[in-house]
Amino acid sequence: MSTAVAAARPPSPGRARTLQARRGRLLLVLAGLSAALAAAVVLSIAIGAKSVPLSGVWHGLTGPTGTESDIIVRSLRVPRTALGILAGVALGVAGALMQGHTRNPLADPGLLGVTQGAAFAMVLSIMVLGVTGLYSYVWFGMAGALVASVGVFALGMAGGRGGPTPVTLALAGTAVSAFLYGLTSALVLADDQAMDVFRFWQTGSIAARGAETAWQVLPFIAAGLVLALVNAPGLNALSLGEDVARALGQNVALTRAVGVAAVTLLTGGAVAACGSLAFVGLMVPHLVRPLSGPDHRWLLPYSGLAGATALLLADVVGRVVARPGELEVGVVLALTGAPFFVALVRRRKPVRL
Amino acid sequence: MTLLPGGGTGALPEDPPGGLRGALPEDPPGGLRGSLAEDPPGGPPRGAEASSARLRLPRERPVRLGPASWLLRLRSAAVCLVLLAAALLLMGLGMRIGDLPMTVPEVFQAIAGDGPAHFVVMELRLPRALTGALVGTAFALSGAITQAVARNPLASPDILGVTTGASVAVVAAIVAAGSTAGGPSGALVTFGIPALALAGGLAGALAVYLLAWRGGLDGYRLVLVGIGVTAVFGNVKYWLLTVGDVNDSSRAMVWISGSLHGRGWEHVHPVALALAVLVPLTLLGTRSLGALRFGDDTVTGLGVRMNLARGLMILAAVLLAAVATASAGPVAFVALAAPQIALRLAGTAQPPLVVSALTGAVLTTAADLAARTAFSPVELPVGVVTAVLGAPYLIYLLVRVRREARS
Repeated sequence: MSTAVAAARPPSPGRARTLQARRGRLLLVLAGLSAALAAAVVLSIAIGAKSVPLSGVWHGLTGPTGTESDIIVRSLRVPRTALGILAGVALGVAGALMQGHTRNPLADPGLLGVTQGAAFAMVLSIMVLGVTGLYSYVWFGMAGALVASVGVFALGMAGGRGGPTPVTLALAGTAVSAFLYGLTSALVLADDQAMDVFRFWQTGSIAARGAETAWQVLPFIAAGLVLALVNAPGLNALSLGEDVARALGQNVALTRAVGVAAVTLLTGGAVAACGSLAFVGLMVPHLVRPLSGPDHRWLLPYSGLAGATALLLADVVGRVVARPGELEVGVVLALTGAPFFVALVRRRKPVRL
Repeated sequence: MTLLPGGGTGALPEDPPGGLRGALPEDPPGGLRGSLAEDPPGGPPRGAEASSARLRLPRERPVRLGPASWLLRLRSAAVCLVLLAAALLLMGLGMRIGDLPMTVPEVFQAIAGDGPAHFVVMELRLPRALTGALVGTAFALSGAITQAVARNPLASPDILGVTTGASVAVVAAIVAAGSTAGGPSGALVTFGIPALALAGGLAGALAVYLLAWRGGLDGYRLVLVGIGVTAVFGNVKYWLLTVGDVNDSSRAMVWISGSLHGRGWEHVHPVALALAVLVPLTLLGTRSLGALRFGDDTVTGLGVRMNLARGLMILAAVLLAAVATASAGPVAFVALAAPQIALRLAGTAQPPLVVSALTGAVLTTAADLAARTAFSPVELPVGVVTAVLGAPYLIYLLVRVRREARS
């Protein structure tokens, strides 16, 4: 978008300087967010229920010899941190995409039925197929997420040309989510074992997942990230309104479809592995929007980095506050992130979508 | 102003902010008519109407009573009558079911008559049916107001902190009582839980309101603060469910889904009272509610005292939702879906209050009927079924309205 305008009218020297200063500032923020994520990663590996000295952590990372602290670092903390990064990036980016496509500040990445689809498939697999074990849930969760989201998009497309409008997409997603949530509630009320799994899944956690889970969802999330970045320029055009976007040569239906596919892969991967953590995706884009402005080419990376940082920091806090036990990351995120979010919303004029 | 809420979904929030929406109120009435979706193609010439002093719209009749005047929309009125009939019919059907099966005429005979059937209907079935219908009405009305004030079709009293606040209070009580005394006892269920729900709901709403207030109430900030506060309450609720015994979790889950099981007159009275007071007040506020969907500057320009109107309307929405939650728990989806279904049934640009309220009553009553018959003798919580029943219908309407708009 902005490049097309710039090409049509050569910028005056003053304008070029402003643009350059703006770009410099945006890059600086990007570097800052990356540094914050790096710090969060270090904390996540160094801090845990059992205190391991920094030398022990370093030893475990570089030259493990099978000591107790080596095992803790390599088989517990590193996979947990990796999963936290994956889920945080995925949910942050998916949230920004979702809010952009629906142009609704209430849109969370699970809006298209992804979260509830995953929950329903998982509960069904426990009750009907008697599936136990975390690694099998992940596949069922992923399948449920995909089916639900494709269904919502098809419903949004039905009866209209040129792709679903934001309002139809949002309402169809909410309706399908509520429908699936109703079915899930009915199932878990009938089965205590499913209820037991479901209530922990609903809270959301990245603990005790093992490296396999991270590898299982990595391809989905990576594909989703590629689609999201491809989608960013088109989404910028769409936020001017569908008619304007169409006049600018955008294929509205295609842009929407790519966006929905990206959101599904990202959110599906994240919630299948970690449970319902949609709040990251809801909150983070609102937090970084004042820094990035409305340009999705900046907003998406910012949201991803901030999402991973928030998730990891919340997880670290959860390990520390309830020693020797742990508090699930979903609870900590809501308890610490939400007040921060509210304070931020109060302090400045909200940046509207 | 009253003429503006016409057909067409053009003024819905999907419009680009500013631009189009801001231009609407200054349009001459003749120009506006062209955008009404229900207009018959061969209507009377526009110019003549614009010049005539009295504006006549084909399906809307102005009604004047002394100094007061309002617009009677024929389509909305017809929809209201159909919905009212449906609600009564569904209530009648629901009262047939139970250990003592009856036919609908027998139900009415029992109301008039005497003996065991009279007791069963008057003391057990009628209060349950009335609780369902009234709670549905209250939730739907609350949702319609919230969506209008927040200018967002996804808004519901949930983001005002009411239902989630109530849920946290009640789940905490059930989990705490369960671990000490082997499950909640009679007195706690009858009086404690409604009182806790009411207190928790009002406290939650107060928190959202105070946090969102900054020298005025901005609809957008209200929504964002609501998201934050709801997230805290929601996750605390989920966490409490994981803390307790799994049986307590199931019990709490029934309440937070919304249930009409064993509801008596003590659950009917508060909701009936709240509706009797708040419905007339809300209808008086329809005019300012109609204006609130435009941008803030336009609202002020139209002579509406924005903060006052918004504050009062939100207060009404909070009270309705809080009282309804205290009686039946946070029945899911009614507050969100009923206004959206009503808007599409009545063909208006904004959730119509009366149609929404009646839609809510029909949805809840139908859901309760289905919840009791689908897996009989097992009874599902009504809130589980409202979404399963209401969501497909909302989706059908979404698709159909789009199809109509295209052709």
